Amino acid sequence: MMAISSNPVNSKRTPTGQNFLRNLFQMPWTWRITLGYLTVMLFLPLGAMFLKASTESPSEFWRIATSPIALATYDVTFTTSLIAAAFNGVFGTLIAWVLVRYDFPLKRFVDASIDLPFALPTAVAGLTLATIYSDNGWIGSLLAPLGIKVSFTRLGVGVAMIFISLPFVVRTVQPVMQEIEKEMEEAAWCLGASQWTTFWRVILPPLFPPILTGVALGFSRAVGEYGSTVIIASNTPFKDLIAPVLIFQRLEQYDYSGATVIGVVLLIISLVMLLGINILQAWGRRYD
Amino acid sequence: MTKNDLSTAPPLSGKNSSKKEKSWVPVVLIGIAIAYLALVLYIPALNVFYQAFKKGFGPFLSNLTKPDFLNAIKLTVMLAAIAIPLNTVFGLCAAWAIARRKFPGRALILSILDLPFSISPVVAGLMIVLVYGNNGLLGSWLQEHNLKIIFAFPGMALATAFVSMPFVAREVIPVLEETGSDQEEAAKTLGANDWQIFWRVTLPNIRWGLLYGLILTNARAMGEFGAVSVVSGNIAGKTQSLPLFVEEAYKQYETEAAYSAAVLLALLAVVTLVLKEILERKTRIKEVE
Repeated sequence: MMAISSNPVNSKRTPTGQNFLRNLFQMPWTWRITLGYLTVMLFLPLGAMFLKASTESPSEFWRIATSPIALATYDVTFTTSLIAAAFNGVFGTLIAWVLVRYDFPLKRFVDASIDLPFALPTAVAGLTLATIYSDNGWIGSLLAPLGIKVSFTRLGVGVAMIFISLPFVVRTVQPVMQEIEKEMEEAAWCLGASQWTTFWRVILPPLFPPILTGVALGFSRAVGEYGSTVIIASNTPFKDLIAPVLIFQRLEQYDYSGATVIGVVLLIISLVMLLGINILQAWGRRYD
Repeated sequence: MTKNDLSTAPPLSGKNSSKKEKSWVPVVLIGIAIAYLALVLYIPALNVFYQAFKKGFGPFLSNLTKPDFLNAIKLTVMLAAIAIPLNTVFGLCAAWAIARRKFPGRALILSILDLPFSISPVVAGLMIVLVYGNNGLLGSWLQEHNLKIIFAFPGMALATAFVSMPFVAREVIPVLEETGSDQEEAAKTLGANDWQIFWRVTLPNIRWGLLYGLILTNARAMGEFGAVSVVSGNIAGKTQSLPLFVEEAYKQYETEAAYSAAVLLALLAVVTLVLKEILERKTRIKEVE
């Protein structure tokens, strides 16, 4: 942190005197506010959590982190998030394609509505999804005769995760798709490629990094999701209990160690995801 | 399917079939896309309004006058009123500090700025409890001075500010990067002081990006559930914001009350989207969250 705060000041010593004076006058306080706020709001809480986690012996930490109930929540959280993200990978790409390539009535409305999951509070999403996909809801009542229960099961958790991670793939793929020139496809057709070959060999390769980035962003959002999933799930351990809800329950029982250990596990996974997403984005820029 | 159609199509009618295909492929794809969006987005969104108003405006209005409900609205507005100015000042300072120069560790600090989006809201709430809770880092000091943060309003405000922290900085940084500092330097040489430069030159340049960031901050601040839920204790009438009210009412089988609150939040989402769309058209920035 110190290194970061002192670097910009030092590195700006080089320009002209006028610039230098301005920087000396201005830099410190914008940086001071930035770093001060980050310290209080972000570093202090992060530090507190790692401090609390470090009071556990490694074997105790491992025991809590890998207890059967915790392992079951990881399974529900990560597997379901991955499936939801993969779903959105396929349908998000399709939606982006439709929005970029075709014209149809209300296209603008559809385009704008993609961001709804970002704007709609998660509690509302959970509430309405739980209602619709319950046994007597609009969609749930159609699925119930087939023996498919959505609300209050793991499938419901998946639906909520699909909802909240929907915009990511569409919004990462759309700009890249817009830049693909139609001439490339036409060239492929002229050279005798079928539409299918053109799709696999010409259209898809440059889209692959943004699709993966979108899937990763959606996955990481779904893993941390709490509001919509807690409402649509029955929160039964070993069935549809997800890791964030387990943290919440541990806190309600004043089991701070238990909550912290699982919190650290989730946090480390988010950090790894963030790193992975950065690498994916760098890979995507290869085509620029 | 497509492949077969193409390869088995007799060469003579090639032109015809490809024309035909051009007409049905888009229709099918658009149909799938709309069906998917309907199942996941539109039907759930419509349902909020249907459930809230299926018996007319009566139940909605009578719910509106209940003290717990009014309190939840008031609390939600107050949370946003604290989180927005804090994160705006921070976001502007951070954007100003980061956007204009390259320095070692810049990529790192940009990632750190994004961290609150990557951290699960529940983990964010947990971290705040571990700092300010009774057994937390500052717990004994706070108790000595009789300050209550967890299970009270300050904790909720902290949680709200945490989850909505990056928006302003994120939206302003690219605008600042793009406009460059020429105009500011010109103002400087013409004798403007730093405040004048900020108000007269920088702010007009970044105003759309800033507004965009403010709208997103507001939507997140008013709608946050997980982090606020962890630190609030969810005491009706005292520490219950609107999203918490929705969940509590739902759990108590007061579906009507839940939807009355939900429809307000859904309206907020609609307003957010409309403003977002207007701003995007103004700035032509289409960015990924």
